[in-house]
Amino acid sequence: MDQTTIFVAAVLAAAAPLIFATMGETLTERAGVVNLSLDGTILMGAMIAFAVALNTQSVLLGFGAAALTGALIALVLCFLSLSLRQSQTAVGFVLALLCTELSSFLGAPFVRVPGPAVPFLPVPGLANLPVIGPILFRHDLAIYTSFLLVPLVGWLLFQTRAGLTLRALGERPQAAYARGVPVVPMRYLVTVAGGALVGMAGAVYSLDLKQGWSYRHTFGAGWIALAIVIFGGWRPWRVALGCYLFAALEIMALRMQSVLSGLPTQVFQVAPFALMIAVLVLVNLAGSTHMSRRIGDLPPSLRRPAQALVDRLAAPAPAALGQPFERP
Amino acid sequence: MQSTEINRPREPQQQPAMHQWFETLRLPLLTLTGALALTSLALLSTGVSPLQAYRILLFGAFSSPGRSSDMIMLAAPLLLCATGLILTFRTGLYNLGVEGQLALGAVAAMLPLRLLPDLPAPLLWTLCFACAATGGALWALLAAGLRLYAGVSEIFAGLGLNFLASGLALYLVLGPWRRSGSASMSGTELLPRDLWLPTINTLRLAPLAPIIAIAALAIVWWVVRRTRWGLELRAVGLNPGAADRLGVPAHRRIAQAMAACGFLAGMAGAIQILGVFHQLIPNISSGVGLLGLLVALLVRADPRWVLPVSVVFASFTVGSVQLPLALGVDSSIAGVLQGALVLFALLARGLLARPG
Repeated sequence: MDQTTIFVAAVLAAAAPLIFATMGETLTERAGVVNLSLDGTILMGAMIAFAVALNTQSVLLGFGAAALTGALIALVLCFLSLSLRQSQTAVGFVLALLCTELSSFLGAPFVRVPGPAVPFLPVPGLANLPVIGPILFRHDLAIYTSFLLVPLVGWLLFQTRAGLTLRALGERPQAAYARGVPVVPMRYLVTVAGGALVGMAGAVYSLDLKQGWSYRHTFGAGWIALAIVIFGGWRPWRVALGCYLFAALEIMALRMQSVLSGLPTQVFQVAPFALMIAVLVLVNLAGSTHMSRRIGDLPPSLRRPAQALVDRLAAPAPAALGQPFERP
Repeated sequence: MQSTEINRPREPQQQPAMHQWFETLRLPLLTLTGALALTSLALLSTGVSPLQAYRILLFGAFSSPGRSSDMIMLAAPLLLCATGLILTFRTGLYNLGVEGQLALGAVAAMLPLRLLPDLPAPLLWTLCFACAATGGALWALLAAGLRLYAGVSEIFAGLGLNFLASGLALYLVLGPWRRSGSASMSGTELLPRDLWLPTINTLRLAPLAPIIAIAALAIVWWVVRRTRWGLELRAVGLNPGAADRLGVPAHRRIAQAMAACGFLAGMAGAIQILGVFHQLIPNISSGVGLLGLLVALLVRADPRWVLPVSVVFASFTVGSVQLPLALGVDSSIAGVLQGALVLFALLARGLLARPG
């Protein structure tokens, strides 16, 4: 195996938890709900998954418990924001902080305890293929699931009747309601299912990529995931691309540490957040009216490709994102 | 993603006097009951008696003059942050960047201390506060600029800038400003004693810190209740488009509210340097800004309640420090209680506002 193959395989693995979290949040936001509690949900999922897996010696139960935790947190968010009409931003933010503290408190007995992990499982036969084998087929079940999750969510959203209804919840809830879709119960359903995926993202950290549990174990991953969903324009394939891009840059930053010896290693931990701001600026500027005027000033031969590029970069948010539903 | 929930005016109450007490007490009672139930559940799951834990959590900060001093020295920066957030919440902004604005203020406060250490102390302190406030305001303006000119929600701009500010502090502590000898996570060299804010006797209580914080609260209270500018902030918060059409420059008010909040958070950073830690440490903001957000959310940015809630929250945090030694549980239960209070306040408001 050469260096590039190892690097690509490492990136695909490192992005797995982000894929779980962003696919969950993409579904949620497509239905018009912002689950801002991601960072706390991932931490709670990671802690619960590790605690359950340690006590039952079953990784699968750990994942199940994490999914349940994420679903429960999403249910609280739904009840407070959809039923009791409190601001989604306020509820999500408070849940993020509360779950972070709760994970520190309840997880204290498990800090740096060795525990079970998802077993390495190369796919028989396929793993021995040249290049593709080591890149795609020498991982474990959690990472294979992350590969399947992206086409699955893409298919669900854009190829099925259920997906059409789901997107209507986020774009035109009034119209969906007029067609007999129970908007609020459906938003509950999608948000809770999305929350379960986010909880499992935590399990992918504590049982696979960063095995074990420590204080603030996942270091801001939830905030990054929220930004990636915006970067990906709420489209699963582009969101996944964003996850792999972030994972690649993070791994490159880790490698850079040995080259740039002048910088203390801990400083690299904040690199993804600088990138997060830069990426959001890029996406938003591309979508601004100012940009479309600029494109109008370009020579005609350049106008079409420039417009195509901008259209690819800028994606509008679901029209009813974060807004409470008023019955018509 | 903006919300006007915080600014919604109270419904006029028309119940007879007997019921009025019950009406006003329902919300705090429901909030307290829910938050205590959740926190007790967490405590019970670790096998600790909730009553013993609450005794330490609620009264631990008042058990000795030393602890009370610590409580006041935490409440002062907390109050400054929460006060600043009154302005941004009224303007309809979730200034999650307040944590980074505090950290950047602390870094800026170090500049005069390092460059001009020979100035007389009072002049140096004034310079520190001025630099810190400017640094905090500029960091907030950066978030405002990202919101206004690049369309990045102030939530993500603020969060990203929080991590960057803490990265900067970490870099300075381990890099250019490291102690002579070896770099250490424990912070830069301690300031000489005569540059610490003067304290009462041997306690850690520096009276200047709470005085500054309370003065800031008084000014902001007056501004939001009595000035046109304060009213305009609220108009922008309720409906930026309408405010703009009625002649209130919404963009400018948003930038000003953010800058004012960053200004106060920066002053809190100067207090962290001069009065609390007496050095720059990597985690100089230590969650004070986020705690300020919880305070502001709990009281719905109402200036009347910011001071008492800041004191109560600060006493939870200081009380919780004794928990690991006394009962063998993690001190983060204070954060659980603080978060649960805000969550159940949102729940109670939602439940009580429901018709029927």
